[in-house]
Amino acid sequence: MTTTVTTRKAERLMNLVICLLVTRGYVSKDRIRKVVDGYRDQTPDAFEKMFERDKEELREIGIPIEVGSHEALFDDEPGYRIRRGAFELPEITLEPDEAAVVGLAARVWQHAGLARQTTDALVKLRAAGVAVDRDALSMVEPRLAASEPAFEPLCDAVVTRTPVRFGYRRPGREPAERVLEPWGVLSWRGRWYVIGRDRNRDAPRMFRLSRVTTTVRKAGRAGSYRVPEGTDLRTLARTLLPPPPAGTAVVRARAGAGNALRRRATAERADSEGWDRLDLPLTHVDELAEEVVSYGADVVAVDPPELRQAVVARLQRLARLGDGVSG
Amino acid sequence: MSDRARDQVRRMLALVPYLQDQGGVPVEQVAQDFGVDRQTIVNDLNVLWFCGLPEAVTGDMIDVDMEMLEADGVVRLDNASYLQRPLRLTAREALALIVALRTLRETVDQGAADAVDRSLAKLESAAGDAAAAADSVEVLSAAPVDPGVRATVQEALTAARRVHLRYLVPSRDETTERDVDPMRLLSAEGHSYLEGWCHRAEDVRLFRLDRVVDVAVLDAAADPPEQARPRDLSAGLFQPGGDDLEAVLELAPPARWVSEHYPVESTEEAADGRLLVRMRVGDPAWLRRLVLRGSGSVTVLEPPALAAEVRQVARMALQEYPSG
Repeated sequence: MTTTVTTRKAERLMNLVICLLVTRGYVSKDRIRKVVDGYRDQTPDAFEKMFERDKEELREIGIPIEVGSHEALFDDEPGYRIRRGAFELPEITLEPDEAAVVGLAARVWQHAGLARQTTDALVKLRAAGVAVDRDALSMVEPRLAASEPAFEPLCDAVVTRTPVRFGYRRPGREPAERVLEPWGVLSWRGRWYVIGRDRNRDAPRMFRLSRVTTTVRKAGRAGSYRVPEGTDLRTLARTLLPPPPAGTAVVRARAGAGNALRRRATAERADSEGWDRLDLPLTHVDELAEEVVSYGADVVAVDPPELRQAVVARLQRLARLGDGVSG
Repeated sequence: MSDRARDQVRRMLALVPYLQDQGGVPVEQVAQDFGVDRQTIVNDLNVLWFCGLPEAVTGDMIDVDMEMLEADGVVRLDNASYLQRPLRLTAREALALIVALRTLRETVDQGAADAVDRSLAKLESAAGDAAAAADSVEVLSAAPVDPGVRATVQEALTAARRVHLRYLVPSRDETTERDVDPMRLLSAEGHSYLEGWCHRAEDVRLFRLDRVVDVAVLDAAADPPEQARPRDLSAGLFQPGGDDLEAVLELAPPARWVSEHYPVESTEEAADGRLLVRMRVGDPAWLRRLVLRGSGSVTVLEPPALAAEVRQVARMALQEYPSG
């Protein structure tokens, strides 16, 4: 039963598209009702409702239905049309190597919604005669995952320029509501972020999607803000991300230990028996302290004194952990 | 319900130009190209049969050869010259495709990168205004990979030769030496990896390229044994093995990121914004370093021996700071 309703509706929508596409100029509502199967036997009221919904459905799948009138219509009633130039995918031809990489793109997204959108795009290209190579063998397989529930609604909000509100939990803080005009979504080190204008702070801010604690809701109409001219997500992200190293730290590492630190040391020299001394770029004292502590007794902070103190404080907490503290 | 009709219309609008003037196309191939099952295509054709020019104009219907479909499983469609081209790409489709290609570009060699650039230029032009949506999503490459390392690994893959790696294993604080038969390059969760047969582990292993300290192409041919299969990564990069250690951790608010960053089996909210997580750990040394790094914000509930070990290590380390 449901299938029949769906089938009838799909058939009606197709016939409406074809009718508006083949007719030169605007088609009046009366005429549409006469010529498109499925409208004719409706009462005037039912037809009005059905037609409104159908137009919305078609716009939803990207079909540009224009409203207007021309001299052939003598009354004020508007007519409808689909301009072929706005409807059709322009000519496109891909060389074999281009078609091969485009075929690979279908495997990139590990996100149901975006994988589907990519497949839909490839279906259109195939229908336009492009021989997209589905089975292109490659030894390179990039994968783009986006498991955060906030990802899809935020992408949609960015594309449609819709302000949003959501709960957000910064580490160590209570969740708080944020209202954002999203400018873009970006992935950095495998994590997704949204960048935009935070309305309460009236400044650009960046939020990690995995810390969004609620569903993403609309906080305004689509198209109700503009992204500032010349906004470049990459540049902006760099200013919002941690700053580059500002100083130098010195640590001692047991021979053979601290391998990851040694890789980025700017200088490395022998220290006392069985130990080396490393110079390291320093950005955040706390971050480096955390890393030094993770090596246990194999890496020792020397300089600056703040680093030493931060490491000692952490080690003291660890040494006490569990003493007199219930589970 | 309405979504189904919409999906069907979207598909049919591509199906008509795809099938027209093709003579006949096997229905299985159509289904494969559209990423749906055979029955879905047959249902679409049954609808298209009733579509066409308005009766009042000519009454001309799309011509679908249903007999040929039933007898030979071949689809033939004619008489729809007004639907020669598919619909334009929507903003969402353009976004998905263009961002996927830009991501691909970051991981391929120079030749393929040229092909990606050329196809991107063509697609952006064909997508028109819709292509602008793709600029709202950026993928920054993660930890920087030495271009020399990437080029050497790619060269070995192309020539099917064995490589020698000096490879950093941060969880065990070791720099290891190993011979690897490369199988493929992939990028996942923000990092590029070489997957290959590791002669030291005698198993398939993933190597993060930014942790390759040094790589040399050897004379020996890459010859992964019969049982070497690329891992199925659809469930994520890290999959727990059967003999892994089971650990229960309590994460204070500053350490909640652990549950976002590593695969956990279960999580449970506790008092004061704390989180209880249960996870499987392949390497106890990795877990020990994680707890040390947490410096009090990660507490081991299970196994208890590990909690004692962490305290012991911290006390030993404190002896290196006599004045502290």
